[in-house]
Order: sequence, then C-alpha cells, then structure tokens
Amino acid sequence: MTFLEVKNLHVEVEGKKILDGLTLSVEKGQVAAIMGPNGSGKSTLAYVLAGKDNYQVTGGDVLFNGQSILEMAPDERASKGIFLAFQYPVEVPGVATMTFLRTALNAQRKARGDAELSTPEFMKRVRDTASNLGIGQEMLRRAVNVGFSGGEKKRNEILQMAVLQPLLAVLDETDSGLDIDALRIVADGVNRLRSPDRSMVVITHYQRLLNYIVPDVVHVLAKGRVVKSGGKELALELEARGYTQFQGEAA
Amino acid sequence: MNVGVRAVKTPAEQALGAAFAAARAKLPGKGSVAALRESAFRRFDTQGLPHRRVEEWKYTDLRALMREAFPLAAPPNPATKAHAKDAGEIFAGIAARRLVFASGAFVPELSDLTPEPGLFVNSLADALAKGDTLVANIGKTFETDDTAVALNTALMCDGATIRVAAGTALKRPLHLVFAGGNEPTAAFVRSLVVIEKDARATLLESHDSGSAQVNAALELVVGDDARVDYVRTTQAQGLHIFSLMAAIGARAVFNGFSFNADAQLVRNQMFVRFAGEGSKGGIRGVSLLKGKEHVDTTLLIDHAKGHCESREQFKSVIDDEGHAVFQGKIVVQPHAQKTDAKMMTRALLLSDEAEADNKPELEIFADDVICGHGATASAPDKALKFYLMSRGIPEAEAEALLIQAFIGEVVEEISNDGIREALMFAALKWLGARG
Repeated sequence: MTFLEVKNLHVEVEGKKILDGLTLSVEKGQVAAIMGPNGSGKSTLAYVLAGKDNYQVTGGDVLFNGQSILEMAPDERASKGIFLAFQYPVEVPGVATMTFLRTALNAQRKARGDAELSTPEFMKRVRDTASNLGIGQEMLRRAVNVGFSGGEKKRNEILQMAVLQPLLAVLDETDSGLDIDALRIVADGVNRLRSPDRSMVVITHYQRLLNYIVPDVVHVLAKGRVVKSGGKELALELEARGYTQFQGEAA
Repeated sequence: MNVGVRAVKTPAEQALGAAFAAARAKLPGKGSVAALRESAFRRFDTQGLPHRRVEEWKYTDLRALMREAFPLAAPPNPATKAHAKDAGEIFAGIAARRLVFASGAFVPELSDLTPEPGLFVNSLADALAKGDTLVANIGKTFETDDTAVALNTALMCDGATIRVAAGTALKRPLHLVFAGGNEPTAAFVRSLVVIEKDARATLLESHDSGSAQVNAALELVVGDDARVDYVRTTQAQGLHIFSLMAAIGARAVFNGFSFNADAQLVRNQMFVRFAGEGSKGGIRGVSLLKGKEHVDTTLLIDHAKGHCESREQFKSVIDDEGHAVFQGKIVVQPHAQKTDAKMMTRALLLSDEAEADNKPELEIFADDVICGHGATASAPDKALKFYLMSRGIPEAEAEALLIQAFIGEVVEEISNDGIREALMFAALKWLGARG
C-alpha cells in the first residue's frame, strides 16, 4: 500500500525553483533512502513534508495515507503521524526536554482524540528509550538542545521520534556531523523503530549511513527530481562512481 | 533649562501643591522630618513634574501623562481593609510574615506581628511620630534629586520600618502587602528596611494598586556580610511610581527582582549603590505588557567601591500596543577597580504595534574593570516555532511555550523555589488570559 505519494511536486524558495516535478512513492513499512548531491533538493523535500512556511508549492501534490497534506499546518501533519528529524536541531532555551516531550505527545494525542498518557506511562516510555540512546536524566532535565553536542542533538531527535511514534519518519542528514560511534548509536535507535506500520525516508549525502540503516529502496535526487531508483546496491554504486553521472542529464 | 519657580503649572502640579499645603501640618514627623518634607516639596515645586526633556524621564513624560492628581487617601474604611486582606495573592503559596497596608496606611489587625528575635517592625507613621532612631536614615540611603522621590519624601504618610539585627537569619520571608482600592485617591508610601551586618532576609513586596495613584518608595540598607533577596510585584490600573534606593555593604549579597503584569502605567526606578568592597548583586526583572500599558524601568547602578560583581537582566514581553522602556546606567567610580558589571535587556514583541525602548549606558571612571551591556528587541523566533509545531504543538501553544522560556531564563535566577514558581504561575496566568 502506498503510504506517501509525492506527485509531480514543484517548489520554489524566494522565487528560486528547487523541486522540479518530483515524483516519489513510499510503501507502508518501507525504508526509502533519498540520496543526491548538494543542492539537489533533499532538505527542501524534508521541509515541505513537515510544512515549513517559506517553501512555496507551485505545482503537484503530496498525499499521506491518501490525503493531501499541503494545506495542513505543521502541528496537524505531526498529529497525522509525520515526523521530521532535523539536520540542524534548534536550541529551545528555557524549555526542559521532558516538558517539551510531554507537551508534544499530549498535543498530538489530544488532536487525535486520545487521552493524555499517564505520568508513569510517559516516564517509562521516555526512560526506556533514553537509556538505549545513552541519554541520561541530566540531559532530560536540561533545556532542549541547549549546550548539547552535535551527537547529543541527533540522539535527542531520535528520542523524540521514539516517544512520538510517528507513522512516517523523515530523517534529514541524520548522519551529518556524527563520528562513527555516535552514528552507530543513532542508527541502532532508528532500527529499533523499524516496523511494518512505519515508513521511513532516510535522506543522506553519503552511503555510510546506509551500512547501518539498510534501506529497502534507494532513490537518487538531482536538480529537484528523482532520476534513478533501485535497491540498496544503488547506494554502493553511487559511492563508487559519484553523482556526476546524474548532474549533467537532469539539466 | 527652567530656573526658579515655574510660572505655569499643570492642574496636577497645582493639585499636588494644594495637597501638600493642606496636609503639611498633619503629616507625621516634626523637626528634622518636617524640614526634610519642606525642602523636598520645594524641589518638586521648582522642577515640576518630570517631562520628556528631563533625560531620565524621556520616555515617560509625567507632565503629559499625569492629567490630574488624585486627593490623598483617607484612612482605610472596612471595605478597603476587606480588600487588602486577600491582596498580594501572587505570593499566597509562600509562608511569609504579612505586613498589610490598605490605601497606604498600615493595618495592624491584618498583619502578622508575632515576635521573632532580632526582627523589629513598625509602621513609618508611628516611627516618625515617635522619632524612632531608624528614621534618621530617611533620604540617606541613596541621595537623589529625582522629582518623584522628592514628592514621596514631601508627602509620605506611612509604610514599613524594619530592622533585622546583626547576625539574625529570618525564619520566614517578610511580605509587604500594599493594596489600593477602587476610588480615585493617591497614596504616598515610604518604607525603610535595614538588614544589619551578617543578617539574612527575604523581602517580598506586592502592590495591587487598584485604580489609585501610587508613589511608593523603599530604602533598603544591606549591611556588611548580609544577604538580602528582594522581589517586588506590581499590578495597577492607574499610575504607579516606585523608587528603590539601596545601599549594599561589603561582602554582601543582594538579589533584587521586579515583576510587572497587568500594570497600566508604571515607572519603576532603582538606585542601587555598591557601597562596600567584595559584594555581589543581581538586579533583574520581567514585565508583561498588553493593551496600551506602559512600563518604564530605569536603573542607576553606582559601583562606588571596587571588587563588586553586578548583573542586571531585564526582559519584557509586549503585546498589542504596549510600550516597555528600559534605561540602565552603570557608573563605575574612579577607585572602584576590579568591578565586574554586565547588563542585558531583551524585549519580545508580539504585535506590530508593540514598542520597546532600550537605553543602556556605561560611565566608567576606573581603568581595571569588566563591564558590558547588550540590548535586543525581536519577534518570536520563527525557526523555534516551526520546530515546536513540527512536533505537534499547535501554534498558540508553541508561542506560549517560547514566551514562557523567554521569561523563564530570568526567573530561573531566583534561588527560592516557591517564589520562582509563584512568578512563573503568574506569568502563565497572564499568558492564559492572552488566549
């Protein structure tokens, strides 16, 4: 079943065309890798899926679970089950990580008509995941991402994803800025969340991440559209031959 | 410049003059106190109400803003006292010793006067009438020729006089509760608090002014090696002027915090002198403004002695057509070497019509000091808001959380858990009312 369907999507940022007729389908339970050179539109795709406001959609549509999401506010998309793990998570001074997680989870549950999670249930959900990700109590008490290292910020993104349990997780260059140990912790965290009910879109520039999060399919993005799709071996081919072969032909 | 008595007086200035003429014989205190009143009144009479060409009052033109001067409040009636009984509810959760003032007059039957060793409490009216030795300190803590202070000195009716004896650590916070009624009256209150050497005290001061015009002042003496934590809150429908005059001794710790919410027209001025070496001071505050509210915070920090550290941090959240003013001046005197002073003010603008004026100033006459200041005014951060919304938090809630965080950064500096929670609770209530 097609879970996410991006149809002939055209997107501009400040009058500059970034996505140029992008078409992409992600099946339920599928892990799809999106690879491509810098400037190919990978992060734009991630932000458009999450609903950032300075991206102007000039054509096409995005269907999630058969429903167009383009008119939905970011919080509404989140409540429908879309989650973006940011490439550069922002610092939120003054808001403790624990408060942030609880506010977000309860807001989503409320939007879906579910009751708030009880405190013990909530604490258990956070603690179990946090310890797997090497996130201690001290970090949970601190303001969101404030004073966190690059690796800590990325782990915090995965923690949020684990607590919110989205149906579609978009991981935007989750590997950037991580050393090999941090990468392994983050990838393990993502792999624990793989499920037949959850789809993932893993955006990366390098094949390295895909050694740890093995995708079901790989799509290559160049100049704002998908130029090639294949199995996980496509990532290895790209690693060996580079992106130059696609940069010319999409022009 | 205006020299001598001004020929043309505004109606408010005339009314204040008439009020003083009528009250001078009845106001508490004879001899030196009466002379102090007379000279203070002459200063007011010469200068008139401060206006925009007086640099310190540039953004709060009292001559234009104070259309009329309300008559001095009569002694509180039963209704006013009943209202005062529940005033200062912002600190209701704190087990403090309440000293209650209704329409500017001390109400002993609503106050907690149970004895505590080392604590001496009296009303200013009584202290002035009896010529208490503490009264000799009035006007000496931080001498200033500010007109609002002069008016206060001329017309002060009552207030608290408190002495905490050397070495005493008060068991409970003191809470000065000031409550105004809904009548158009004026109250001039002056309090004098002396915390002696090596003593410790937490002082809370809440003003629920109602629709009264209030001119309140506090002189605070922090002795050598003493520690004082001081938090003042203001809620007012009319004009509210507050002046803090503080002198901090050597090796002392002073933390002051101002909180203004639902305050129509406020001038909050603080004169703080580091009068001994090796002290630490934090002077902070949060103002929440909506509608056409105007809150002016004006600081004068005088580093008169060296080796002191001061931190000044003020934040305002401004909605609708609110107008927040921050003027902060740090003076480092010629011999105050090794002074470490940092001042920061930030304004969060929630609407296109919101206005913030920030004016930080440094005057440094010593050469071996660390001093700095910064000021910002901006709308809520879009990237932060998107991050919160992308996690499912609706826009209004995301904005509230960011405002809470903005305020929280300053409130966090208060060491007492109960007081911190009380202020955050009041801030959340303000946010909730915003809808």
